[in-house]
Amino acid sequence: MDVQTLTFIFVGATFALYIGIAIWSRAGNTDDFYVAGGGVPPLANGMATAADWMSAASFISMAGIISFVGRDGSVYLMGWTGGYVLLALLLAPYLRKFGKYTVPDFVGDRYYSNIARVVAVVCVLFVSFTYVAGQMRGVGIVFSRFLEVEITTGVLIGMTIVFFYAVLGGMKGITYTQVAQYCVLIFAFLVPAIFISMLMTGNFVPQIGFGSTLADGSNIYLLDKLDQLSLELGFGAYTEGKKSTVDIFFITAALMVGTAGLPHVIVRFFTVPKVRDARISAGYALLFIAFLYTAAPAVASFARVNLINTVENAEYKKTPAWFKNWENTNLIAWVDKNQDGKIQYFSGQAFNGKPKFLDIRGSEGQRRVENEPTDNSNELYIDRDIMVLANPEIAGLPNWVIALVAAGGLAAALSTAAGLLLVISTSVSHDLLKKIFLKNITDRQELFFARISAALAILIAGYFGVYPPGFVAQVVAFAFGLAAASFFPVILMGIFSKRMNKEGAISGMITGLVFTASYIIYFKFINPSANSAENWWFGISPEGIGTLGMLFNFIVSNLVSQITAPPPKEIQSLVDKIRVPRGAGASYHHIKS
Amino acid sequence: MIDSHRPKEKVYWKQNIRIVLSLLAVWFFVSFGMGILLVDFLDGFRFFGFKLGFWIAQQGSIFCFVALIFVYVYRMNKLDHEYDVDEDQDNFVPDDNYYPDKESKE
Repeated sequence: MDVQTLTFIFVGATFALYIGIAIWSRAGNTDDFYVAGGGVPPLANGMATAADWMSAASFISMAGIISFVGRDGSVYLMGWTGGYVLLALLLAPYLRKFGKYTVPDFVGDRYYSNIARVVAVVCVLFVSFTYVAGQMRGVGIVFSRFLEVEITTGVLIGMTIVFFYAVLGGMKGITYTQVAQYCVLIFAFLVPAIFISMLMTGNFVPQIGFGSTLADGSNIYLLDKLDQLSLELGFGAYTEGKKSTVDIFFITAALMVGTAGLPHVIVRFFTVPKVRDARISAGYALLFIAFLYTAAPAVASFARVNLINTVENAEYKKTPAWFKNWENTNLIAWVDKNQDGKIQYFSGQAFNGKPKFLDIRGSEGQRRVENEPTDNSNELYIDRDIMVLANPEIAGLPNWVIALVAAGGLAAALSTAAGLLLVISTSVSHDLLKKIFLKNITDRQELFFARISAALAILIAGYFGVYPPGFVAQVVAFAFGLAAASFFPVILMGIFSKRMNKEGAISGMITGLVFTASYIIYFKFINPSANSAENWWFGISPEGIGTLGMLFNFIVSNLVSQITAPPPKEIQSLVDKIRVPRGAGASYHHIKS
Repeated sequence: MIDSHRPKEKVYWKQNIRIVLSLLAVWFFVSFGMGILLVDFLDGFRFFGFKLGFWIAQQGSIFCFVALIFVYVYRMNKLDHEYDVDEDQDNFVPDDNYYPDKESKE
């Protein structure tokens, strides 16, 4: 069977499964809708958290980025996993004991202030919308490449599916769909990784194949071969760093702390019955994430070797079908600078900016671009996002593996989108309406508003998917930077300091937010030409500035809380209660009433 | 009512902080220490087909993070039990008096 038929079958089957689960697990009340009734088993919560967290960025983009940057890719590998240690040790158990629905709930109650609650809601909405736009773009890419439908149609189908299980099922529907989606995505990521590892190193565990010798009889280690190839083409050794140590340090820290502060991840720990379950499910979540994250650097290096071997000095006319397929989706471009009909692939950009394709073909049949070629000898443009999706084709794997990867990419994007949409709808219906504007609504009405806001959020997300704002890639730094500079310090101090009061928390959050946002806006939007190491503060790029914002938040909130009145007695005893596990089951039952 | 205000719970909280800080020290040393600050030095050593620093930065640190969380879970469950603040007796008994002042605060 051809790839397209197989993809239809795989994607269709997984979508049917998600809808079936949604019908089976409909939400009956707000408690079901917000936290799945608080009764999710820890192992299931671990899987759901892993799927919730691993987005289109983890599944589709990350290995591709690592493939192109080499060792510096460790900022993502360590940053997006190390955050779980902070989450498990510093936040999850205590937030579970607190036993409410959302992050703004905690901020609003702990700091006895609706201003703090509103600031938190604004941060939640900003972080979540930023993120969800990227997921919808991922859905669009997969649909347009593998099913050859218009991106708009693809996004509409994705929206319908998410609408079905997020609006009907709420957190309960999302949780059990995410369990299924985790299974689909991990299978889809590991199967091609195992195949390619077998082909290249003869070792079927990709994590070990990564450090093995090549299977071509040369007895050279894969990574040594890759270093040698990269140096020959002028890229610099794959296993050596190119960014400054300071920048790597700050970016890693911002991603770790940002991960621990992301509201859609934190809220997953409200869904388990006990504090003990919150702790262990953080462990399971990271274990399930690690299956993908330890395979990703291996996949990145395999893909890099394969890519160089396939395209460098190859005749365009003889390139495999995948090369032309991706060229047709605008993600590969080739300019024949020396008119020899062969692809020369070296370090440097083939032309400035993203390719703008003309409607004409060149002498070899390649698509022409209107971009002005640069004067280096590199002739090839490759979008990093295609590496994971194209990898099975590059390695010549069977068609069903290619179809599986498409279903996996969709599972990763949809599971994260659903988690984010839920957080958005909860913060509107619960934190804004129920807690501030419409205090008298019944549980039934609140559930109705939750569904309406989920539906609206899906429409907005879909709009971003169809008309992706050009700044999606830039604003990802925003999501993590803001989460790191706003939520993390406030939640941490709320648990570990009884002295922290509302004045401290609010001024800290605002300081962190304003500082981080202005630094990123300045370098990304106002003055992008100045965005280079010599203009950065202490050599910290906008991606890593959230770490500094977090430090400022800590300093300001502590200073302000020292010179203002301590929090009321009942807040101090609330903190005492959060710190011991016993009674978490009781608070779970209490929130039902 | 059990909270961290009473003497026994104060000691429990101190022990809790000690466990967290010791594990975070390992977390920091492995990721920021070996994976970033000392990475070039460690690259001088081989670990199978890897340079050691590169391996820790891209793979080894992740194994370590997973192990840290499971050690934390084990040690905290033991501590909860020792100080009799675990949830074994909770059994999901509804207790509307648990947060007696909850509604009035809002």
